[in-house]
Amino acid sequence: RGFNERCAQCSEVNWGLTDGGRFYCRSCHNVTERTREVVNTDFITNSRVQTISKGLKKQENNDGGCEWYICEGFQLVLKKQAEALEALGVCPQMKDEILCNFWRCYLQKSKQAYCKRPAGETVKALSAYESSTDVDSDPERPSLLQLLSLSESEGDLQTDCSFASSMSKVSESTSVYSGSVDGSLYLMKNRKEKLRMTMPMTLSFCYMALLWLREPITLSELLRFVVEGHIPYLNVFQHFPEKMKLCGLDLRIFCVESWPVYEEVFNKMHELAAFLDLPRFPDITDSCFLHPDMLCMKYLMEANLPDELHNWTCRVVKKIGIGEVDFLTLMPGNMSTRKVKYDVLAAAVIVVVLKLLFLLDDHYEWLLSEFAEERNKNNTEGGPYFEFKKWYEVVKQSLDVEQKKLDEERAKYLWRCEKPLFYSVKNKSKVLKRRQMVVNLQNQFGKLSGSVRRAEKPNPSSFQLSWSEENTDGSCFHGHSLKGVLQEKCGLLTAMNPDYWLCTVKLCNEKLCGHLAHYREVEFPQSYHFVLGLFSFLLRIQPSYIHDEVCMIEHKLFNKKLYKKLKYNTVLRK
Amino acid sequence: SSHEHKLNFRKSKEACLSYIQDALLQKQWKRAAEFLTCYVESLEKDYSREHVGPSEIIWRIGTEILWHHSQSSMKEFNCFMEQMKTLGVKRYLKVCLEHVFHLLCNGQIDEAYQNLSLAESWRFGEQTAIQDKEMKLIEAYRGLLDYYSWSKQKNILVEHSEDGFSDLAVEQEMHSYFRKAAVNLKEIIKIPGVWDVFVKCYVDLLEFYGDHSEACQVLNEYAYNSKFPANPNAHVYLYQFLKRQGESKKSLISALKILHDIVPSHELMIDFNTMLQKSKKRKKRRLGLEVIFAALDYAGWKENAKAWSCLARQMKQIVISEKHLDWIKQEWNSRKDWWPAFHFSRYLAKRNWQENKSLSYEKALVAGILLGKDCKYFKYVSHHGCKAQLKRFRMLKKFVNRHNPVYLRISG
Repeated sequence: RGFNERCAQCSEVNWGLTDGGRFYCRSCHNVTERTREVVNTDFITNSRVQTISKGLKKQENNDGGCEWYICEGFQLVLKKQAEALEALGVCPQMKDEILCNFWRCYLQKSKQAYCKRPAGETVKALSAYESSTDVDSDPERPSLLQLLSLSESEGDLQTDCSFASSMSKVSESTSVYSGSVDGSLYLMKNRKEKLRMTMPMTLSFCYMALLWLREPITLSELLRFVVEGHIPYLNVFQHFPEKMKLCGLDLRIFCVESWPVYEEVFNKMHELAAFLDLPRFPDITDSCFLHPDMLCMKYLMEANLPDELHNWTCRVVKKIGIGEVDFLTLMPGNMSTRKVKYDVLAAAVIVVVLKLLFLLDDHYEWLLSEFAEERNKNNTEGGPYFEFKKWYEVVKQSLDVEQKKLDEERAKYLWRCEKPLFYSVKNKSKVLKRRQMVVNLQNQFGKLSGSVRRAEKPNPSSFQLSWSEENTDGSCFHGHSLKGVLQEKCGLLTAMNPDYWLCTVKLCNEKLCGHLAHYREVEFPQSYHFVLGLFSFLLRIQPSYIHDEVCMIEHKLFNKKLYKKLKYNTVLRK
Repeated sequence: SSHEHKLNFRKSKEACLSYIQDALLQKQWKRAAEFLTCYVESLEKDYSREHVGPSEIIWRIGTEILWHHSQSSMKEFNCFMEQMKTLGVKRYLKVCLEHVFHLLCNGQIDEAYQNLSLAESWRFGEQTAIQDKEMKLIEAYRGLLDYYSWSKQKNILVEHSEDGFSDLAVEQEMHSYFRKAAVNLKEIIKIPGVWDVFVKCYVDLLEFYGDHSEACQVLNEYAYNSKFPANPNAHVYLYQFLKRQGESKKSLISALKILHDIVPSHELMIDFNTMLQKSKKRKKRRLGLEVIFAALDYAGWKENAKAWSCLARQMKQIVISEKHLDWIKQEWNSRKDWWPAFHFSRYLAKRNWQENKSLSYEKALVAGILLGKDCKYFKYVSHHGCKAQLKRFRMLKKFVNRHNPVYLRISG
């Protein structure tokens, strides 16, 4: 794209980009010598062109490094992530077409490449580079400390400041600031733009592509795979080629010290979709994995709940219209509709159904359970009646075990990697020495850890909890019957439970306080906590997010009644 | 929106640390090592704002694990300590010192000495001045080890001279160790502190070489200089020294006075009382009574026959002389409410009789005087004693019966 010459070999105009930034002909795979920067003069891709055309000296690093730009770095990251997703079973289209195009579109729109650059801007930037003496003499040029504080990535700011302050005034090339050519420029200039590329945003890109292709991976799963190490994120710069040296401010951009948060990635994705002016995404129909009916089925299985509950989740979905194509499909730029979190939504539907059938007020569900237990004693034909108590015990036990394992894993997480990072050439030796000591200590104490070897990365799996019908101990509840909690009325099966309690009578304004409702543990029944906790574990998100969706669903479900009822009456009859 | 729940490096390491701490508390060394392995990468982060940084944490925790872990060897331990020394220059001497302690605990005296010498020669700009205290300690401990070597040489010398040999080489070495030790030990005890082991060794050296006046001065300083923290041992050392020197009873008594004030239950109270009882001065004898009563207030002395015999002897003497009965009355006043149950119950009478007849004899005498011939303790013991036809118990019975009016005067 952007390169319109005909291929020397096959005369086609069908160009792609190699890793090295060279153009290759897709038809005949002829690799040209032309690199991305030296392009049709109609399109000035980036400042490097200006550099060349002005005949300025190219920076040549004597440690065998090459010049590279921040966006090239991100491009590499995305490529690695896409490859990992492909290895997980995502169709190759994602990498070769969708993600690629999204990325190029982003570059174009954010004027980092594939577009005309206002020449004046570039020159200014270059002249800033050129200044070889006192950095502070230019009042507009921010100090290193300022740049560091601008970066939105987390991590130990004190660290960086102390490193920064230990660096003397710069009089050399920009390689002291960053290994990349535009590291400092990137942080300084682009901060005003909301969509400056960051590491978490790479996941937004991935998710966006997955959503476009309607791949069966939810955002929570994607993030879980990232944490489990199946998708490069932490220390992804390990995969950068040797020549791309990372140091200084690059670290602020590419090194992460925290796991991405669902909300952050989700919101950014939507911003991105709008920014790129994308059209309506492909329809999410009821045969899609992301449709609530499908996801509910999956989560019901994982939560060890009876399959029969699926009828109920479908009923709720239908009743409040969240299974409609228009509701589920993403329409970028449409600010009025609430963005759909498919996974959280499905989980919330199940929670609502459980509340419908079992009330979950810390009394009724246990009563029903006892009742079912009684009936089960005389129950000889068909499957056993579902007993809430038994289910609770089984699931709680497993959940506690898994939660404990997860907590320990989180505490044992290793954040650093083999490839050392240093802010400047000056503290390279110090960093390397420290790294060596850390490795030594790890070896020494690793040997004393006994037979406990650090487990290999667990195989990526879609299900974290699994229950087998073959277990004779009765720990699988999939086949259990809901007859114990249902009754027939006018030929329809309805819940025996006549009551329902709303999580909140009034929804908050999400735009103002960020939530639809506020989840405080003390205010809700223990059973409700438990159920929220279960899905919170499965989706690896805070319970409050699920709670928000539950409130939303309830308000849709009881819409009419709410309008009629007065504010202080919270118990409704269905 | 705030992302406080965000899991980041810091939080992850905090959690890791709490797992380590739990494991340490439960002495699960393998598990602690497992988590420490994951914690050590904190070193690659700078925590200069924190009060206790990762390097110190790793040093302390690593030391504990390596010291207790069954599969860890001294070699590994030493290797680890050397690494820790390079980690933080502000802590260098402290780490050296603790390493030395561990070596000493493991009986590696020579290695400990080498480490101390090495540490002594360490210089690092302004840090040297800042870590002055640690340096003094290092010098002091080297002095201590020099003393230890001196002591070994001395023993050899003594052996040889007994066998009739004279060994000049050994003697020379001994003297040289003395010089080295004396210099450092003298320095440290100048600084206010608790230096029992240094003081003892230094005094030992001084005594051997006949410098008694210096030794006396040192011990007096140590015991009486108010800048030094109150230390019962200081008085004990002084007392023992004076006794060795054959000093007068007067000096000995004055040396133990403060000890009685600080630690009324000290074992030397028996000696103290014995000296005081025999004194010609009334005040001293009065003090003696006070001292022995005070000692027997403590549970640890309940079955100390010697202490009871001191008390019994003094009380008997007072009763017979019929002078100063008011002394007994004064001492008994604050004790009459609880001593009977504490010392003179029937249960104790039975037990004392069965386990230690001498003890029961002495106690019975005291009980008889203080509580009269009808008290449980006396009755039981004297009855059994007479039944067993032991002469002294018969004498006891007679004595108490004869002096029963005394009891009435005391208790009234």
